[in-house]
Order: sequence, then C-alpha cells, then structure tokens
Amino acid sequence: MKRMLAFIKKEFIHIWRDKRSLLILIGMPLVQITLFGYAITNEIKDANIAVMDKSKDVTSERLVNKIISSGYFKLDSYIDTKQELEQKFKEGKIKLGVIIDNKFDDNLETEGISKVQIIADASDPNTANTLINYLTAIVKDFNNELNRTNEPVFTIDMRTRMRYNLEMKSVYFFVPGLISVILMLISAMMTSISITREKENGNMELLLVSPVKSIQIIIAKVLPYTFLAMANAVTVLLVGYYVFQVPVYGNLLFLLSECFLYVLTALSLGILISTKTNSQQAAFMISLVGLMLPTIMLSGFIFPIENMPIVLQWISNIIPAKWFLIIIRDVMLKGSGFSSLWHETLILFGFTLFFIFLSVKNYKERLQ
Amino acid sequence: MRRTKFLIRKEIKQILRVRIMLMLIFVMPLIQIVLLSFAATFEVKNLNIIFVDKDKSTFSQQLISKFEASKYFIVKGHIFNTKLADRLMKNRKIDIYVEIPQKFEQTLIHTGKNEINLVTNAIDGTKGTFASIYTRMILADFLKDKSTQYAIKMNKLQQVKKVKNIDIQYSNWFNPYLNYKFFMLPGLIVLLVSMISMVLAALNIVREKEIGTIESLNVTPIRKYEFILAKLIPIWFIGMFELMLGLLISLLFYHVPLIGSPIALIVFAGIYLLVPLGLGLLISTMTETQQQAMLFTWFFNIVFLLLSGLFTAIENMPHWAQMITYFNPVRYFVEVIRMVMLKGSGFAEISFQLSVVAIMGFLVITLAVWRYRKTAG
Repeated sequence: MKRMLAFIKKEFIHIWRDKRSLLILIGMPLVQITLFGYAITNEIKDANIAVMDKSKDVTSERLVNKIISSGYFKLDSYIDTKQELEQKFKEGKIKLGVIIDNKFDDNLETEGISKVQIIADASDPNTANTLINYLTAIVKDFNNELNRTNEPVFTIDMRTRMRYNLEMKSVYFFVPGLISVILMLISAMMTSISITREKENGNMELLLVSPVKSIQIIIAKVLPYTFLAMANAVTVLLVGYYVFQVPVYGNLLFLLSECFLYVLTALSLGILISTKTNSQQAAFMISLVGLMLPTIMLSGFIFPIENMPIVLQWISNIIPAKWFLIIIRDVMLKGSGFSSLWHETLILFGFTLFFIFLSVKNYKERLQ
Repeated sequence: MRRTKFLIRKEIKQILRVRIMLMLIFVMPLIQIVLLSFAATFEVKNLNIIFVDKDKSTFSQQLISKFEASKYFIVKGHIFNTKLADRLMKNRKIDIYVEIPQKFEQTLIHTGKNEINLVTNAIDGTKGTFASIYTRMILADFLKDKSTQYAIKMNKLQQVKKVKNIDIQYSNWFNPYLNYKFFMLPGLIVLLVSMISMVLAALNIVREKEIGTIESLNVTPIRKYEFILAKLIPIWFIGMFELMLGLLISLLFYHVPLIGSPIALIVFAGIYLLVPLGLGLLISTMTETQQQAMLFTWFFNIVFLLLSGLFTAIENMPHWAQMITYFNPVRYFVEVIRMVMLKGSGFAEISFQLSVVAIMGFLVITLAVWRYRKTAG
C-alpha cells in the first residue's frame, strides 16, 4: 500500500511539474465552453438575402418588409437579373434569393394567385433547408394576413410550449455534449499517452522488474487523470451554470457518479489503446484521429442521431459518448433519475468491463 | 542537396516503418471520411409525435391523418392522458405531442375559433423550432380545407373565391438535391489532412528531442534548413497524397461535383499545407516532450475545427467570433474547397483566401525557423 501511495505521488508530481500541459488540460474545457456558449450556434439569424422584386407594388414591399423584420433575414441588396443573383451566390454574399413575380398585387386581386420564388444556395444544404423553411413560414403567414380581411371560417390558435429549453438556447444543447466529448478525449488520450510513454522511454521495463504489480502501475497512472477529468467536468458544469445559466435539474450527486462511471469507461479505453501500441505517436493518433471525430459526430453532440442513415445509427451504439450524452442531458435538463436511465448506465458499465477485459487479455508482462 | 535527399529518405523510412502509423495516417482517415460524411445532417425529419386526443371526433381524426401523411412526422399513436405524454417525452420516446382539447370539433364549428397545445422537447433548439414550424404548416393546411368545406356547405362560395394564394416555388442552386455529403465531404477531408500534417510535423521533431537523437543530428554538418526541409517535405507529400485520395474517393464514389478549376484547388492545397506544417514546426520548437506537443496540437486542432465553419456556419457566429475565424487557416481551405467544387470558383474568386494563406504560411514558417535553434535545451 505504501509502495502504491509513493507511486501515485510520483504520477501526480509528473503531471504537476509540466505546467504547460496542465494549463492546456485545464484551460481547454474553458476555451471550448466559451466558444460553444458564445460563438457556436446552429441558430440562424441575419442570413443575407437578395430580393428581385419584379412588381414593386405595395403588397410586394410589405412582403419584403415582413421578411426582413423577422430577425432571420437581412437584406443584402435589391437586384434586377438572375445573373446578378448568381454572381452574388458565387461571391458568397447571400444565402437566399427571393424573386417576386410581376404584377404581384394585381394577380392576387384578380386571379387570386401570385408567385414567389425562393432560391437557396444549397451548397450548404443544412442552412439552405432551414432558411427555406423559415422563409416559407413567413410567406405563408403573410398569406394568411392577406386573407384576414376575408374573415376565414375557422381559426385555431396554436400554443407552443418548448419543454426543457424555454428560451431555445443552443448552449443547453451543447454543454452536456461538451462534457461528454472532453471527458472522453482527455481521459482516453492522456491515459494511453502516459502509459505508452513509459514504454517508449524504456521505463516500463524497470517498473515491471520492480516489486510494484502491474495493476498498481496502471492504477497509479490512471488516478491523476481521473481527478483531472472530474475537475474538468465540474468546471464545465459550473461555468455552464453561472455564466450561461444552464441548469442542473437532476440530482447532482447522481450526475457526478455517472460522470465518474463514464470517466472510468474512457480510462479503460485509454488503457486498451496503450496495450495495442508502443509508441506515443500512435497512441495519440488513435485518440485524435480515431476518437475525436467519431465522438463529436456520432454521439449526438452536434448532429441528431435519429436523422442519420440506419447503418450509422447502429455504429453510434458502440460510441460510449452517445450513451453518456443521453444520461447527462436527461439528468441536467429533464431532472431524470436512475429509474429512467438504468439502461444507459448499464451499457456504460458493460463498455468499461469489456475494455478492461480486452486490456487484460492484451497485456503482456514482458515487452517484446 | 545530396544531404537533404538522404535525410528525406530517412524520414520517409521512419514514417513508413511503423505499420500502425500507416494505418492511422492513411486508412483510418479515409474510413472516417467515407462514414462520417453521412452523419452530418441537421435535416429534421422523423419527428416522433403522439396525440393526446381528448375529442375523438372526425375533425381530430382528420387532423391526425394529416400528420400521418407528412414525411416529417412519425405518428406514434393516440392517447387520452397528458401525464402519460409527459412521461413518454421525458423517456425520449417522443419528441412532440399535440393536445387536442375536448369538444374540439363542436367549438370550432360553433364559434369558429379554437386552440390546441403543442409541446416539444426543445433541448435541441433546431428540432424544437422545426417541430413547431411543421405543425403550423399542417395546421394551416387543415384549416384551409375545413374552411373551404364549410364555406361551400353554407353557401359562402363568394367568400371562398376571394381567397388569395401565394404560390411558393423553390429552387436549390449548386446542389439541387440538397445532398449534404457534397457539403461535408470536402470539408472533412480538409480537416483530416490539416490535422494529420500538423501532428506529424510537431511530433516528428519533438520525438528526436525527447529521445535525444536531435543532439546527434545537431553535431553533424547538416544545416538548420536542411534538417527542417527534410522533416517537412515528406509530410507535405503525405498531406497532398491524402488530399488527392480523399478527393478521388469523393469524386468517384460520392459523385461530389468538381465544377471549378482542379488546378486552383491543388495550388491552393499546396500552399495551404505550409500553414499546418509551419504550425507543427513552431509547436515543436516550443515544447520539450511529445506529450506537450500533443496537447498543443490537440488544442489548436479543436479550436480550428470549431471555428472553421465545417459543422456550424460562420455567419451565425457573433461578430467577434467571426473576426477570430479570420486567423484560422482551416476556415479558408474549407471555404475554398466548397467554392471550387460546388460553385465552380477559379483563381479569380479564391484570390483573397489564397493570399491570406500564403502570408500565413510564410509568417508561421519564418517564425518557426527563427525559433528553431541547433542547440539543445
């Protein structure tokens, strides 16, 4: 036990000594949450549009005004030809073009129908899709206003309640995701690197011939990063709560124990990586190239999993972050407890056992 | 020159020797490009909806069947209990529920007015907004049908004729089928290539430092620039090769169009790669151990990724954050590769990005070379 303590102390000193690395490990989550809190959003506002108003009558002007005052769109310019429109698109000046047909008002009065054409820069299909939907809703609304004088027979008032995120802040969506990405990357990456480092420097040989058991070496290696990861989780939660008002409705203790379980999953994955390679570079590349993008993209952090093709939905099941993200979002924003999350918890637990099992199987007392 | 050639050969051997690194450099990124480009869609469809139908009338049935016909919703059933709906939402079984009040049909026919409740899970704000927009559209449709029917019934045809309709037509330029892979694939390639070249450049040099072999190299007659060139040239080629491979995959298997000038793209890529290489070099001069270098590159890469406009559009960021993105090299390449491939831009349109990247590359490499000293410690 005493040996073990000394060993743990050594590992802490290792990390503490390297101030620059420590700064990054602690500062990284702060930078990320600041970026996600203030800068990164998939809410669209002030998308630039160009309007080609062929009629220039009162009604068409009212329509344009309605579009611009919606908060979603900003008028870049009025244009006269489709060539101009194409040029604007190519220069990346606008996202959407609106063409209002000739005799807009006249046609509405006499024929009862007029045309509006919406042209989107679909090279970014996600934005194009969203913008078209927004604009359609605005035009339809305008259409209804035009008919209001006609006293429609029926009206239904739709009352919408945005459950769990009243103000529709995207930071609510991102903070839990951020925690799951940060914990995974820091724990898995740092563990795998620090173990392979000993191998690469040849220290592992020395450690293995010492009376310290390999399990003790591993625990001592992993312990400081457990602390670090938990500290990161708490930091992000605190900043989220105090700076961005992201609530934690669920039980805090339960939330932290789930974080701890997830950190264990990530650490055991890190150990597994380190049994597979002897070089720090390879360990790092596995964590960076192999873990970063899949964790960000397949966990539901940014892109909703339900919309992915079915094969990717299957693959997403082997991403631990996906399960943790469900847990942490539900605990934080819905106030869920263990009774509704035992399934996901069990899966994380299973992952941890599986990784540990594989690591033990791969582990060699002797290095080549 | 001969010396550099030998050094380059040594570097290439060193990189190619480790089988797992080969996998990591070439195979894994390509697999990711192939797979992950499918994941990146914000398109909201398949919203799970349930109806709390307290009316059970013809009207409520008709309204529900309109939802069933919509491609955006999956109707999970009708229930009669709001509490149950709340619980289903909490357990993620449904995304939205619509509450149709008692005497929905009667009230509507008699007073002409009514209200329904829509409750959405808004944790994902985009999804919440879309759920509400789609529902509103379906509701408007339903009302129009009903109004017309009843107007006819009550001989108010006169009024019906006067209804004004704005006919909305859509066209999607540059990507008519809204294929989001066209958008994501090139961006992902850029990201992976930048990441890998930066990591390799940073780690290769620090590794020599950490192992101590850099001392041996320092006492040889090899010049500073020879050493740096020999380190960077192979990585530059790896980066270019990977880029080409990625492009080839996207052209052949995903049929991503390449409308603009391929030459412009290649020239841009060649110059652009100097930036991640230079940054890697710079990091290697500022760090002592591989671990430090890894953390630095990791930090840069994540910030670059988040501020590149790859996943979330730059225009949606606040002004100050948009300003920061001008210092992000990845932003320019993501922009350029999309412009050239999808919109058909050529040298003329990308000249701004090209010059910025060239200046960045020059500055970073100069700084790194200046900081690199042939002495240890």
